[in-house]
Amino acid sequence: MTKYIIRRLLQTIPVLIGVSILVFSLMFLIPGDPARVMAGEGASEQTIENLREKLGLNDPAYVQYGRFITSAVKGDLGNSVRSGRPVMDEISARFWITVELSIYATILSVFIGLIAGIVSAVRHYTLTDIFIMIIALFGLSMPNFWLGLVLIQWFALGNLPFGMDMPAWLFDIVQMRPSGWGESWRQMVLPVITLGTGGAAIIARMTRSSMLEVIGQDYIRTARAKGVSERLVIYRHALKNALIPVVTVIGLEFGGFLGGAVLTETIFAINGMGRLTIDAIRQRDFPIVQGTVLVISIIFVLVNLLVDISYKFLNKRIDLN
Amino acid sequence: MTQQLENILEVNNLQTVFATEGGEVRAVDGVSFVVPKGKTIGIVGESGSGKSITSLSILRLLAKNGKVNDGEILFKGKDLLKLTDKQMRDIRGNQISMIFQEPMTSLNPVYTVGQQISETLIIHKKISKQEAMKQSVDMLKLVGIPSPEKRVKQYPHELSGGMRQRVMIAMALACDPEILIADEPTTALDVTIQAQILELIRDLQNRLDMSVIMITHDLGVVAETCDYVAVMYAGQVVEYSDVRTLFKNPKHPYTLGLLNSLPRHDVDQEKLIPIKGMVPSPHDMPVGCRFAPRCPVATQACHTKPPMLESIGNNEQIRCWMYSEEWDGDSEVTLYGEKRTVKG
Ligand SMILES: Nc1ncnc2c1ncn2[C@@H]1O[C@H](COP(=O)(O)OP(=O)(O)O)[C@@H](O)[C@H]1O
Ligand code: SF4
Ligand SMILES: [Mg+2]
Repeated sequence: MTKYIIRRLLQTIPVLIGVSILVFSLMFLIPGDPARVMAGEGASEQTIENLREKLGLNDPAYVQYGRFITSAVKGDLGNSVRSGRPVMDEISARFWITVELSIYATILSVFIGLIAGIVSAVRHYTLTDIFIMIIALFGLSMPNFWLGLVLIQWFALGNLPFGMDMPAWLFDIVQMRPSGWGESWRQMVLPVITLGTGGAAIIARMTRSSMLEVIGQDYIRTARAKGVSERLVIYRHALKNALIPVVTVIGLEFGGFLGGAVLTETIFAINGMGRLTIDAIRQRDFPIVQGTVLVISIIFVLVNLLVDISYKFLNKRIDLN
Repeated sequence: MTQQLENILEVNNLQTVFATEGGEVRAVDGVSFVVPKGKTIGIVGESGSGKSITSLSILRLLAKNGKVNDGEILFKGKDLLKLTDKQMRDIRGNQISMIFQEPMTSLNPVYTVGQQISETLIIHKKISKQEAMKQSVDMLKLVGIPSPEKRVKQYPHELSGGMRQRVMIAMALACDPEILIADEPTTALDVTIQAQILELIRDLQNRLDMSVIMITHDLGVVAETCDYVAVMYAGQVVEYSDVRTLFKNPKHPYTLGLLNSLPRHDVDQEKLIPIKGMVPSPHDMPVGCRFAPRCPVATQACHTKPPMLESIGNNEQIRCWMYSEEWDGDSEVTLYGEKRTVKG
């Protein structure tokens, strides 16, 4: 097990180097002169030259990359071209908002997904099962931004379909205020639903198929032959085995939320990393773009690593069978 | 002279059906046998003849698409088919236990051996976890597992197939059941391990005074372990008798065929004559005797009228026209190289 962890850790090093090279090259992949693009239209030659000098764009690419990587390792990702503040500061102000959103979305999707998946599996081929699976299919195929816009229409703006009236308590829960630091959980409700719905659908389908597979196993028949009640057969004997592959999906989902909250954050005006990235792209603030992409990539790699290790650990007993 | 044995289990005319895409399948159709107290009865037959389904019907553990259509299963006089689910659970693993063919996959991979044996004890004996764990160690000792204190803490993947089957036996016997159903308990094991497991079951049966239903496709296993035998063919019992009679004086043509395809050293065998043909598909059962398409002496009547399971003599039952008054074939027949006179 320790050997496996060490091997996986070593494997992430080339991945991270690759990611850093990719992120670094972002600057050169856009057409034209980066300094000119960043400085914006109508900037004087002098401004552009200053910017080029400041960012070291006159040096050869490998020197620039060397500088980029050595300071990145020390936690320095340069300064924002717009605000002049260190990229790291800009990111860390936004990072926890995205983490918070992702955690809530994960909790929501795990909670709904597990229950729906278990019920579906226990009642498979009944109307309940079919109903849940149709809903899950909806959840899976609905684009995030569309769901977000619908939710805003219905609940934030109060335009419920069929001319229904929204009860005051519901409005109270989902009303949105200007977002920022210390956002109350209320402002998170709609974005979390938007982000978590697809995840819940994936987890429900995964849990269902995994449960169905496990319920057909010989050891489930053994449990029944021992006189174990049907409830415990499901919760004690089947679920623990069935959850092993689901854990992987949950981990990957969380990683995906962290990196993929861009649209949701934009729609709901949440000042997370996704929003930061979009704004930076719009303002051609390349150091920020590089920084956010790098941080998201690193987190994604680390989450993957954790998922792999925990899967290996959980699966140890089954693997060797 | 024969003393009347008390029957702990009586299966009468059991019929089990499955709903499949190709229509209803009668996997078990008219199975009857008795299990005398303290004895071992073998259920023998080729693969697919309905042995496992018979045993799963007894414990009411059929898959969702299967159900018992007809018949009764009397355990100590009470029909198991009429019990509530709760009453049935109290019997499973407690008064009637079962072990399976696949020791590698029959234990839950995420719980220790001790947890799994304890579970049975806790459910039925209502004892504490600690006490159950102590008794689990005793059970492992009983089934001959070395260093049981260490083994209870291990997971199934840490044990060999033979060890796992011993664990299954320990688990099945933990609550001191009156009947153990062993569904091909040695089929998946190495030959040397097979002998050990059979020996263990026989030994424990004597010590614990329980009845055993030994399901097997192997007449060698029957000869070694059983007191009585039910021979199954295509979902039906075709012959039931005590084991000595079965081997010395087999009556049903199918039994004769089975015995003949088994190499033996106790009698002279001219040559091995296999049973020709194949087991009929459950979707397409012959209308008369189910063995008729393969039977060397089948008559016209055999192909059209299904024979019933009839008692002949003492504690012997046969499903074959040859032994009835209505037999319309020769009175002297040759079956698998053996001449026999039948009444007609
Ligand atoms: N779940 C099921 N669905 C449909 N048919 C089944 C099912 N299980 C068993 N059967 C049928 O029952 C027959 C007898 O099976 P089984 O009792 O397992 O035979 P064996 O004597 O080898 O133990 C099989 O040939 C199969 O057609
Ligand atoms: S009834 Fe007829 S076909 Fe069937 S086993 Fe007896 S002799 Fe053969
Ligand atoms: Mg079988």
